[in-house]
Amino acid sequence: MANRQTTERTMRGLFFVIATASIGILFLIMLFLFREGLPIFKTVSVKDFIFGKYWYPTSDPPDFGIFSLIVASVAVTAVSGAMAVPLGVMTAIYLSEIAMPRVSQIVKPVVELLAALPSVVIGFFGMVLVAPFLQRVFDLPTGLNLFNASLMLAFMSIPTICSISEDAIHSVPGALREASVALGATQLQTIVRVVVPASLSGISTAVILGLSRAVGETMVVLMVAGGAAMLPGSLFDPVRPMPASIAAEMAEAPIGSEHYYALFATGIVLFFFTLLFNIVADTIAHRYAQVGEASL
Amino acid sequence: MMKSLPVSDMTEKNTVGETIAAPKVQAVSMPTAHDRFPGVSPAYDRRRRLVQNIFFGLFRGAAAINGIALLVIIYFMVANGWRAISWDFLTQPPMDSMTKGGILPCIVGTLCLSIGAIVVALPIGIASAIYLKEYARPGKVVRLIRLGINNLAGVPSVVFGLFGLAFFVVILKMGVSIAAGALTLGAMSLPVIIGSTEEALKSVPDTYREASLGLGATKWQTIWRVVLPSAMPGILTGAILGISRAAGETAPIMFTGAVFFTPKLPTSIFNEVMALPYHIYVLATAGTAIEKTRHLQYGTAIVLIVLVLGMNLLAIIWRARLRKKLQ
Amino acid sequence: MDTEIKMSAQDLDFYYGEFKALHSINMNFSPCQVTALIGPSGCGKSTFLRCLNRMNDLIPISRVEGRITLDGENIYASDVDVVMLRRKVGMVFQKPNPFPKSIFDNVAYGLWVNGIKDKVFVQERVEESLKQAAIWDEVKDRLQASALGLSGGQQQRLCIARALAVKPEVVLMDEPASALDPIATQKIEELIHQLKETYTIIIVTHNMQQAARVSDVTAFFYMGKLIEAGETDLIFTRPKKKQTEDYITGRFG
Repeated sequence: MANRQTTERTMRGLFFVIATASIGILFLIMLFLFREGLPIFKTVSVKDFIFGKYWYPTSDPPDFGIFSLIVASVAVTAVSGAMAVPLGVMTAIYLSEIAMPRVSQIVKPVVELLAALPSVVIGFFGMVLVAPFLQRVFDLPTGLNLFNASLMLAFMSIPTICSISEDAIHSVPGALREASVALGATQLQTIVRVVVPASLSGISTAVILGLSRAVGETMVVLMVAGGAAMLPGSLFDPVRPMPASIAAEMAEAPIGSEHYYALFATGIVLFFFTLLFNIVADTIAHRYAQVGEASL
Repeated sequence: MMKSLPVSDMTEKNTVGETIAAPKVQAVSMPTAHDRFPGVSPAYDRRRRLVQNIFFGLFRGAAAINGIALLVIIYFMVANGWRAISWDFLTQPPMDSMTKGGILPCIVGTLCLSIGAIVVALPIGIASAIYLKEYARPGKVVRLIRLGINNLAGVPSVVFGLFGLAFFVVILKMGVSIAAGALTLGAMSLPVIIGSTEEALKSVPDTYREASLGLGATKWQTIWRVVLPSAMPGILTGAILGISRAAGETAPIMFTGAVFFTPKLPTSIFNEVMALPYHIYVLATAGTAIEKTRHLQYGTAIVLIVLVLGMNLLAIIWRARLRKKLQ
Repeated sequence: MDTEIKMSAQDLDFYYGEFKALHSINMNFSPCQVTALIGPSGCGKSTFLRCLNRMNDLIPISRVEGRITLDGENIYASDVDVVMLRRKVGMVFQKPNPFPKSIFDNVAYGLWVNGIKDKVFVQERVEESLKQAAIWDEVKDRLQASALGLSGGQQQRLCIARALAVKPEVVLMDEPASALDPIATQKIEELIHQLKETYTIIIVTHNMQQAARVSDVTAFFYMGKLIEAGETDLIFTRPKKKQTEDYITGRFG
């Protein structure tokens, strides 16, 4: 009997240790980002690194200012969000409130498959088909630009926004819908005034996670954003978001060089961007936990 | 019609309520709001119906855009690339500076990397999920672990690449290799595996657990003999999704597992490999003849799409069947 | 006789998919009366109630045959506006289901969605409805507080106030007191008594004493059929059918 209890305790301990692996990996990621990224600040001050307007890592002397990269990341994320948030939330509403079950059984896998498309394929699509199209229609010097990258990113974050919003909307108790309808509200009034407000925390979480996905997405911005490390002046300017800069330059930055350190430091900034998004999402999800059915 | 009364109008509710209450006591014969109830004006009703139709059209349109996007992307890939697909394309290495030949090393490399990733992530992921679902009691520790998992899921793929480069490739001296790439991809897939495994464990009815525990089985015996077997199909569905996601990723393997070109097939886990997604990127942006190799790029993209979406479709169908069985 | 019928069901059949849940129901409801629908669980009483304001329309696989009339008009006719119908035939549900909004907003909701924007009128109507539902004194000082902070019994009376605010002609109540304690239940029952001066009330209940206390007319449902309906006193003292007698005397498996 004692033997069984020992086994039981051992198993429990073992599972606990393995369960902390995620935290361990997250910790290692931070450790190595800092280890390889902080040395750049011996050369450049934190302020000059973040607010410096010039990114010429390979010229002599090099310039390590990632401000235009940060602005590019923010711009691309914001523009893609402006497209993906309405589309994602509206699709979620359609799926959970309006569509007949048979229709949503088809549309849901479509959204899932859209999420499953490899980012490199979407980047490739943006590069070879959308870019020439934009160039021709708007008479631009290049179709690889902020707008194109945002459009492609939007289609990568729509599935995230849609599926999490849908879960939130789905968990609104049916009794609230019935109460609204029984008062002579139309279906749209019920959606706008009861269902969406009741699931707002879940929808906000969805939006933030969708934006987080867009800010960290690499291949699309690497292939489609145009790559110019300049502050964008218009929607159709080429830009160089942080992930694109890291991915494009890492191969040619010798390990242990200043350039290598600078790219890791860019990684730190990017990491904190997504960490911030995730912590905000997590806080919203916990603090404003969804209101369930009235309890007695 | 969407506008509700602004809350600010109601802040002085108490006083408003009382001022209404007072005169009512005096003037009993005054017609009440009940008597003066206006009903719904037909014009208002027509308008809200119109607004509803417009909005429902928009919602429908938004959903349709997803389908259209998927179809357009797949259509253009297939229309432009199907001619490149041939037996030789799938079974030959690239030739003439990657302007001719096939993509066999990429297919093999991608399979090695993604299967390697799942070999790493599956045991850890299942064990983590078992702890969270079966053992842990809600509290600070669990909250912390979940926060870790959520944040790990949010780490950008290129940051995983940086981590893999600094840790597996440089510090652990694995070099650019299947091992380093698979470990990096495995770390990235971990949250997906944990999530789907937890989902699968949740779908096992509590009565199974109670029955087993009631017969005197220990918790571990219950998990091993009762819970895991019934959750296994769901767990495997999650594993397939994990593999497909790992297979499609590019940024994490750019610095850790995949190289520009190597015609040899790997013989050890410490070999570097080619990979389908990286091959597409290389050919499309840095090849020696970008325009000339377009058909190869499309062809490679089709192979990747078929691989990834095929696995996903399999998982989706399998899951749908499972759900039906459970009902 | 016709003038005294507010609502009426004629040869009403109801199906959930293949399953026939109601068999040829014929029944009239008089204005300003309380009608209780009783019967064992699964007998179709709630399904029937939900046919009266077409709440079952929300279930995709359901189907209705026959007629239900409100003031002589078939509510299942193709040109009938379901939204308008539900404004006239209000409903109170088994579990209190206030919106996660303030007390005031809960009651005003029905007015707002029906396009009534006159603030003074809305305030008056909210107060009146809360008074009618006998909850005004308990909430008048905290109209902006969340409705979810109220007790179960208060929530249910708030839901009644909410249903009354849009001035329905008929109020359907689906076991409105089943989730409440005896004191709250008593309050709801007193309330029903007062409300019947103004409204036609149809109430589903599994509690026979409650039916006996509050209703003028009682209808007994069993296995999707209306077995017997009549004045409450008669149903409980001299039921005509054996099944009714078995049920009300508690001799039911």
